[in-house]
Amino acid sequence: MLSYLIFFITVAAILSIATLGLNLQWGVSGQFNAGVVGFLAVGGYGMAILTMPVSEQLIVRLNWPFAVGIMGALVVSGIVALLVGLATLRLRSDYLAIATFGIASSIQVLANNLEPLTGGSRGLVGIPRPFESMGAQAVGYGYLVIVLCVLAVVYAGLQALLRSPWGRVQRALREDEVVCAALGKNVVRFRLTAFVMGAMLMGLSGALYAGFIGTTSPSEFMPILTFQIWAMLIVGGSGSNAGAIAGSFVIWGLWTASGAVIVSVLPPQWQAQGGALQSILVGLVLVLTLLLRPQGLLGPRLTA
Amino acid sequence: MIAQAIVDGFLSGAVVALGAIGVTFSLSILRFANFSHGDMLAVGGYVALFVLALVAGPGMLNSSFLSTPIAPFSFGWGVPLALLFAMVVAVAVALLLDALVFKRLRARGADPLTLVFASFGLALVLRNLVLLLFGPDAHNYSNEIQMAVRLPGPVLVLPDQILVFGVTLVVLAVLWFFLQRTRYGMAMRSVAENPVLSSIAGIDIASTIRLTWIVSSMLAALAGVFYGVTVQVRPEMGLNLLLPLFTAAILGGVGSVSGAVLGALIISLCENLLSLVIPSTYKPLVPFVLLLLILYFRPAGLFAPKGR
Repeated sequence: MLSYLIFFITVAAILSIATLGLNLQWGVSGQFNAGVVGFLAVGGYGMAILTMPVSEQLIVRLNWPFAVGIMGALVVSGIVALLVGLATLRLRSDYLAIATFGIASSIQVLANNLEPLTGGSRGLVGIPRPFESMGAQAVGYGYLVIVLCVLAVVYAGLQALLRSPWGRVQRALREDEVVCAALGKNVVRFRLTAFVMGAMLMGLSGALYAGFIGTTSPSEFMPILTFQIWAMLIVGGSGSNAGAIAGSFVIWGLWTASGAVIVSVLPPQWQAQGGALQSILVGLVLVLTLLLRPQGLLGPRLTA
Repeated sequence: MIAQAIVDGFLSGAVVALGAIGVTFSLSILRFANFSHGDMLAVGGYVALFVLALVAGPGMLNSSFLSTPIAPFSFGWGVPLALLFAMVVAVAVALLLDALVFKRLRARGADPLTLVFASFGLALVLRNLVLLLFGPDAHNYSNEIQMAVRLPGPVLVLPDQILVFGVTLVVLAVLWFFLQRTRYGMAMRSVAENPVLSSIAGIDIASTIRLTWIVSSMLAALAGVFYGVTVQVRPEMGLNLLLPLFTAAILGGVGSVSGAVLGALIISLCENLLSLVIPSTYKPLVPFVLLLLILYFRPAGLFAPKGR
């Protein structure tokens, strides 16, 4: 039970980092990312490719340490976000949604097919985990401590960022874009930095996730993860960093609890449909929150 | 080889074109990127599958008249009937979702991105309802074998594909007449151009929006059924078709029906021609690469009028 609790908190905390990234993109800067899972996958694969033990089947044989893998994941997800942002951020706002949706499905295709790099549909198995020489329990506790420290640093950094002049410009941009442009602020560049930083946090989350479970495969990064992270942000309260973290724990709790109920209630031949029930539940929670409590659990009061 | 790829491109482009028209209407008249449109195709495809299963099944609705194939096609009169049901259900679903969700958000004066976001959630609900009701497996409308027709080239096509292509051309002609020559069509084009001026000119915006949902979802159901006839229906078909649909609409220039059709043909031709040189598993990347190229170099679309 305790080990399950540790597992749950670790995953929820890892997903919180992605939700904080989405909050930077959506809650702070008002940009719709419909391909969150794509950036998680870039981070996860980036980390895995850099740190995997040397193997005959793979073309990249670096076996770099954990921390370098995390850094690499940040860099790669930042570059991918920059490319998408440069193509879309000058255009109408929903084009970013379409392009990010496209990047997520494309990364899924690449992960499935670039076998020498990504291991194909089997994925990369056996990513070295920190504290591995000290036994299974040390890995569990050690990783939880690492993840919580990273989450704390990210949270503190984001809070400071939002209070900084940069954060003030972001808030002003949401109020009135034209006035900001007239005051000499480069609107597109402020958007782009928020988008890229948010995507890097998603990459960080993906990298930590890959490092935690020791595997990356296309089936770890299914489109449903995008919905889950969106639900975490909206239910927690878009615009609030504390809300993003709270929402992550609430939705991840709801997801695992409903999954456990379905597994114990449904007969085996209906299990695939059981996953559909979970997804419908998340979809409904999301749409209902949007209609009935748009500010979420901890979101800022709406001023309209 | 090349001739076959070109013909296949044209034939499979028809389905994408019918779906892309709904996307371009949504982007220009409803003014948001509707992520649930792909899953409307799946709804249409699965309603038709359900009707076909009823008329071919052992129950009291069994009808050999409807389920016996008419040579040279693989299906009988059941498919037109199923198509009718698919359209009715798709229109009902679209109007219901608009009344329950999108209308309320519009009334609240919500940001267009909130509508995008709601459509994103509804897409998930629709896709998983299909999965829940019909299971994860792919289904064919018919298991009949049909003889391919040999065209010069040598190019092989199935009679089903030729019929689907022909019906698509007729539907496009009817749609063109509707948009150019009827007052309802003109109202839709006018709201796309300028909603405020349109309402001053006496156009009922609310009913034009309803009409847009009706036309888009009918075309989506048609595309979904055609996909079922020529390929097969799968719960994730909407998700997989969504990117080609968006790319076709943007490639052709948002708001332009002929542009969406040409965009769909370009995507489908590129997919089929590139499949000759790259492994076909990379085919789903083609729409995304085209999308990024068009957004970088000509975001108004290939066929947009100059100065806009």
